[in-house]
Amino acid sequence: MSISRRDFLKLAGISSLGIGFSATDLLWKNRAEAIEYMSSPKGLTAKRWAMVVDLRKFKTEEDYNRVIDICHRIHNVPDFGNLKDEVKWIWTDTFEHVFPFQKNEYLPEGVQEKKAVLFCNHCDNPPCVRVCPTKATFKRKDGIVAQDYHRCIGCRFCMAACPFGSRSFNWRDPRPFIKRLNPKFPTRTKGVVEKCNFCVERLAEGLKPACVEVSNGALTFGDLSDPNSEVRKILSTNYSIRKAELGTRPSVFYIIGGDEDA
Amino acid sequence: MLEKALTGSRRYWGWIFFLLAVIGVGFIFYLRQFAYGLGITGMSRDVSWGLYIGQFTFLVGVAASAVMLVIPYYLHDFKKFGKILILGEFLAVAAVVMCMLFIMADMGQPMRVMNLVLHPTPNSVMFWDAIVLNGYLLLNIIIGWTTLGADRKELPPPAWVKPLIYLSIPWAISIHTVTAFLYAGLPGRPFWLSAIMAARFLASAFAAGPALLIILALIVRKLTKFDPGKEPIQALGKIVTYAMIASTFFLILEVFTAFYSQIPGHMASFEYLYAGLDGFGKLVPLMWLSTILAVVAIILLVNPNTRKNESILAFACITVFISLWIDKGFGLIVGGFVPNPFERVTEYWPTMPETIITIGVWAIGLLVLTVLYKVAISVREAQIDSGSNTH
Ligand code: SF4
Ligand code: SF4
Repeated sequence: MSISRRDFLKLAGISSLGIGFSATDLLWKNRAEAIEYMSSPKGLTAKRWAMVVDLRKFKTEEDYNRVIDICHRIHNVPDFGNLKDEVKWIWTDTFEHVFPFQKNEYLPEGVQEKKAVLFCNHCDNPPCVRVCPTKATFKRKDGIVAQDYHRCIGCRFCMAACPFGSRSFNWRDPRPFIKRLNPKFPTRTKGVVEKCNFCVERLAEGLKPACVEVSNGALTFGDLSDPNSEVRKILSTNYSIRKAELGTRPSVFYIIGGDEDA
Repeated sequence: MLEKALTGSRRYWGWIFFLLAVIGVGFIFYLRQFAYGLGITGMSRDVSWGLYIGQFTFLVGVAASAVMLVIPYYLHDFKKFGKILILGEFLAVAAVVMCMLFIMADMGQPMRVMNLVLHPTPNSVMFWDAIVLNGYLLLNIIIGWTTLGADRKELPPPAWVKPLIYLSIPWAISIHTVTAFLYAGLPGRPFWLSAIMAARFLASAFAAGPALLIILALIVRKLTKFDPGKEPIQALGKIVTYAMIASTFFLILEVFTAFYSQIPGHMASFEYLYAGLDGFGKLVPLMWLSTILAVVAIILLVNPNTRKNESILAFACITVFISLWIDKGFGLIVGGFVPNPFERVTEYWPTMPETIITIGVWAIGLLVLTVLYKVAISVREAQIDSGSNTH
């Protein structure tokens, strides 16, 4: 029996290690937040960054491609050329697929087939953050839902939780598939999740997101909590929709139709 | 006691080396996955969990089902389960070990697993799942090992394990409830967004687990001197029957809610799984196979005449196991991702390396199970021998 007891204690000791760790950590660990970009004095700040997408201003294929290309280029988003490995931060789909809850075959002609740009909604109540077991995805004080590529364990719980398909996983090493490397932005490794970051690295330098800059006014970026911000002005004068039905409070709004205001 | 696993017949060693060989092959493929990334599997941006997480989910249920022996024995004084209790507890240990390995296999950055511990996040269900699974493993190792050790010396188990045994009952329920919460609380996945998910998980677990236990008990009887006995097997058969009916009933409830309400999002995954959607229907034959096996199993189990025949019971248990394996180890996970949030269909099918890694993990589980069962059965055989000497 003495031998078997020793055996048992050994086994018990090994398996209890895991629990012991997490329990003490839960109690004592200082909760260091994952890395954030340090904002310089010239950095742009807000209480809650938001984006308004004015679909009326997307007219040609080129209007869509411009915003997609600039984002993927400056953020070193790989192009694998196949759907299975696909990684994307911003892309398009037709209205009826972007807003399945708003399906309506009696809409004015062309609306159902109209393409909309899609990216992370930077939800105010983000399920991806709620489920992440390591805080690798987290909400910043300015409302941006950010991703720490060095902490992510690649469990992909956040991908199951995001109701808007905003997240991509690096199924394999992305580096050989980056067309032109931007040395100023980190590349990712295989096995981690990534998504649109509202250009936090540009905001820190006082610049608006890259897609906004090249959109010719089709994308507007600003502070949703500031009644005088550009986004609030547009939202108060135009009818907009967002994917609100699931309670995540998205920070991306879409203007579909109506007269363009001056 | 562990030394008992080191002596055995040629057949025993042959089986051990066979398992080791399978594990070796699985490991080689795992190394390939480790080097290449999870792109070696059939998963994609749209179906981002697959076979690994399905196995994990299914095996949590197998692990939890040990409680179906513990409750009758300890709470209802059903003494007939006394001799096979250990088989259930050791099955739970092997199942939890597999669960953890499948989680590791599914992780994009397995070397960072300690981040779970370094950055504990109580708002994540996965945090709680890690705690309850580790705790359950520990409980079953302690309980199984001490009760068997005491039993070997013909002594009652030490008093301090009793509270642990009682604790293991709600704990078993918790592992499968928390695992169901991984899915049932996600906003954009209507197929999983169901209050009955945890109950359905438990019902299918209490059917598949004891079904496996019956099969294992019959194998043990055939290969060793230890006979688990007719009555405990029959009692387990009844448990499988009730649980299988409950599990099927819960599935029907889901189908009713989806189709009577006619809410497209709630119907879509069922349509994909059982009829195909937008011309995609890779899983349809499997899901219908699962359905047919479930019907066959219930017919054979409900009828006392067929259930009491051990060969038919064994057959019914195999059908239960396969039916629920398809339903929960495969369809449930893939179905939750199809269609995607944009109502588009991306299909999933496991790749060859993914399948071999999966088989490798099962082989590790079988190895753990074989070694633990060898110890337990050696103790039982020694008891039989000494019993026949004294009488
Ligand atoms: S859109 Fe998805 S990824 Fe982005 S914040 Fe919302 S839940 Fe998270
Ligand atoms: S994949 Fe990474 S970011 Fe997503 S939940 Fe897991 S650890 Fe968090």
